[in-house]
Amino acid sequence: MSEDGAGKTKYNVIQGSKAMTRNVTKSGRISRRRLLTTVSAGAALAAWPFRINLLQAQEAPIKIGFPVPLTGPYGTEAQDQVRAAQLAIAQFNDAGGLNGRKAELVVRDDKLNPGEAATRTLELVEKEKVNFVVGSLSAAVQLAINNVTKERGIIFNSISQSDAINEAADFSKYTFHEAMNPHLTSGAVGRYAFSKFGKKVAFLTADYAYGHEMVRGFLEVGKKFNIENLGDVRHPIGTSDFSTLLPRLQALKPDILCIINFGRDQQIALRQATDFGVKKTIQIIAPLLSHASRVAAGPQAFEGVVGGCSFYWGIEDKFASTKAFNDAFRKMYDGKVPTDYGALGYGGVRTVLAGVKNAGSVDTDKVIAAMEALKYDFYKGPQYYRKCDHQSVQSVLVIQSKSKDMKNEADVFEVISTDEPNEANLRSCEALGHKA
Amino acid sequence: MAGLSLELIALQLFAGLALGAIYVLFAIGLSLIFGMLTVVNFAHGAFYMVGAYVGLYILMLGGNFWICLIAVPLAVGLFGLLVERFLIRPLYGRGIDYPLLLTFGLSYVMVELVRIAFGKTGYPFDTPEILQGAVNIGVGYFPLYRLFVIGATAAVLLALWLFLERTSFGLIIRAGARDPQIVRVLGVDVSRVWLIVFGIGTAIAAFAGLLAAPLQGVIPEMGGTILAEAFVVTVVGGMGSIGGAVLAGLLVGVVVSMTSLFAPEMAKVSIFALMAVVLIVRPQGFFGRAGLMS
Repeated sequence: MSEDGAGKTKYNVIQGSKAMTRNVTKSGRISRRRLLTTVSAGAALAAWPFRINLLQAQEAPIKIGFPVPLTGPYGTEAQDQVRAAQLAIAQFNDAGGLNGRKAELVVRDDKLNPGEAATRTLELVEKEKVNFVVGSLSAAVQLAINNVTKERGIIFNSISQSDAINEAADFSKYTFHEAMNPHLTSGAVGRYAFSKFGKKVAFLTADYAYGHEMVRGFLEVGKKFNIENLGDVRHPIGTSDFSTLLPRLQALKPDILCIINFGRDQQIALRQATDFGVKKTIQIIAPLLSHASRVAAGPQAFEGVVGGCSFYWGIEDKFASTKAFNDAFRKMYDGKVPTDYGALGYGGVRTVLAGVKNAGSVDTDKVIAAMEALKYDFYKGPQYYRKCDHQSVQSVLVIQSKSKDMKNEADVFEVISTDEPNEANLRSCEALGHKA
Repeated sequence: MAGLSLELIALQLFAGLALGAIYVLFAIGLSLIFGMLTVVNFAHGAFYMVGAYVGLYILMLGGNFWICLIAVPLAVGLFGLLVERFLIRPLYGRGIDYPLLLTFGLSYVMVELVRIAFGKTGYPFDTPEILQGAVNIGVGYFPLYRLFVIGATAAVLLALWLFLERTSFGLIIRAGARDPQIVRVLGVDVSRVWLIVFGIGTAIAAFAGLLAAPLQGVIPEMGGTILAEAFVVTVVGGMGSIGGAVLAGLLVGVVVSMTSLFAPEMAKVSIFALMAVVLIVRPQGFFGRAGLMS
């Protein structure tokens, strides 16, 4: 994926000098010293920076850096992000690229660690000379990436939830946010759940920005429904046993248990909550239900759980763009359907490349202007980036996990409610600290 | 938070003991191998993970959970025998860090091979039907499957104890751990003893992985976190002491559980805080022999 022209040339040069060595040794005419000179000259040529510049000027690809947590508890979802992002790249290239100039995805593993993400992003910018950065899958890690890109003046389109990234302190004109944010998500799920399942709510929360922002969002929307917050039990990311937390939560006797975590944490928490019989008396909700996690954990664990998502392939009956995206994805990946976080990987890359195409250039300011002007419908119905914080204004799906009557292995959720795209569901630009 | 009752504390204590039983099962194989062979087996977590995957594979072939309970420890134990014979054995007598580094590398190889064979994403592992659901244990509801795990752990411990204390082969194993040279002089093939101990240790690791699969699903990295916890239990109990591992495992479970009740954020740290305290007061752990590492 990251193999570039320069690397290939270097390989050829070394091969060349090796071949020469062989001939030479056979005829026995050239000394060891001469041989060493040849090899080192080849190596020096390969390492010469000017040659690389020449190559890039010719036909350098448009490079999009893609730091995501390929290993660790969110790995399953991150791999989906990469797969769908590759589709966006392939479509751009098949359509002729930017006047023949092709795009390329440079994937890096950020290991779900802010320090690692910052280092990898810096490396993408400095060594790989990427034109844009899209990626991340963590409310906390994306801020570390954003810090690097905004300092370097490179567009970053985040494809993972965060409230902070919209706020004036973290935002910059280079920052775009294709994913939903916790305020929007918890609002949609909260409005649905609090009107249906009861007012007494307890939380089981992953102890980092994502969890904290979601709880804040649920409590905010809960004010309108007069919900009673019975307590918030927090656990670290990467917890493999919840058996010591669940009895406490059950003893609180809530109507709703809101489990706010992600990836493998969500899989294990829902599975063990099911084992403990939580679902007999309590409705479990989650701000986000991940398709990949539902598949990895099986129907039992997720049965009956209500949550939000940004995308579900099943809305293809409703939107032509979803159908087109699903079909292209199925074609590329043996009939598999894209997942929620996959769709974000696709959307994040596709909007940047649409910006490039509309701007007719990879110049940062021109692409920013083109992305701000986009009114797009690429995979889930109409969307656009709000001017003040570059937040993608979009629909939120409220879904429930299925455990029976499933038509195939991808038939995992039922869309039970949809919040249409509406700026009123976001925090206002003023509240975020942006000047009107 | 409201709702703190005596019943809840009792249930929490029970949850801690149940969790402790799982820790004991994780740690016991590690402790056995260290105590008898002085090999610090860093691949313990990988054997644990392989156990879960072998179980998964047997289920895919149409087997059931009960077949897995027998077949998984046998299959992985056999694999353990091969590892001891061809990888560990050449390193005996070369200092404690040689097998440590070897098993550390081996764990990476095993995880990577499983990723290639089964993919990087996880698989669900359903609880066997008759062990599903929660039962009332007097102070509240508790998952039936976790009660089964406690029972299985007790059975493994009992079998291990009978084997080591009541059979003549167990006597040789214990003697070999105390003074291999004398045992060798008496005409016993010590290398065969070590081979079998390593096999038993890895079989128990695989058994633990299989039992953990219905609790948390199956993923190539599942052995990583377990290894750290197993080491804490082994160190607190005293390196190489099986009785110590049992006591320490239960204690760690209860400490985690009680910390979870009052300060859930501290639960993970509490394990290591406990280890620090024990090491300050009693550097060799509860029942450890001083100087085993030197």
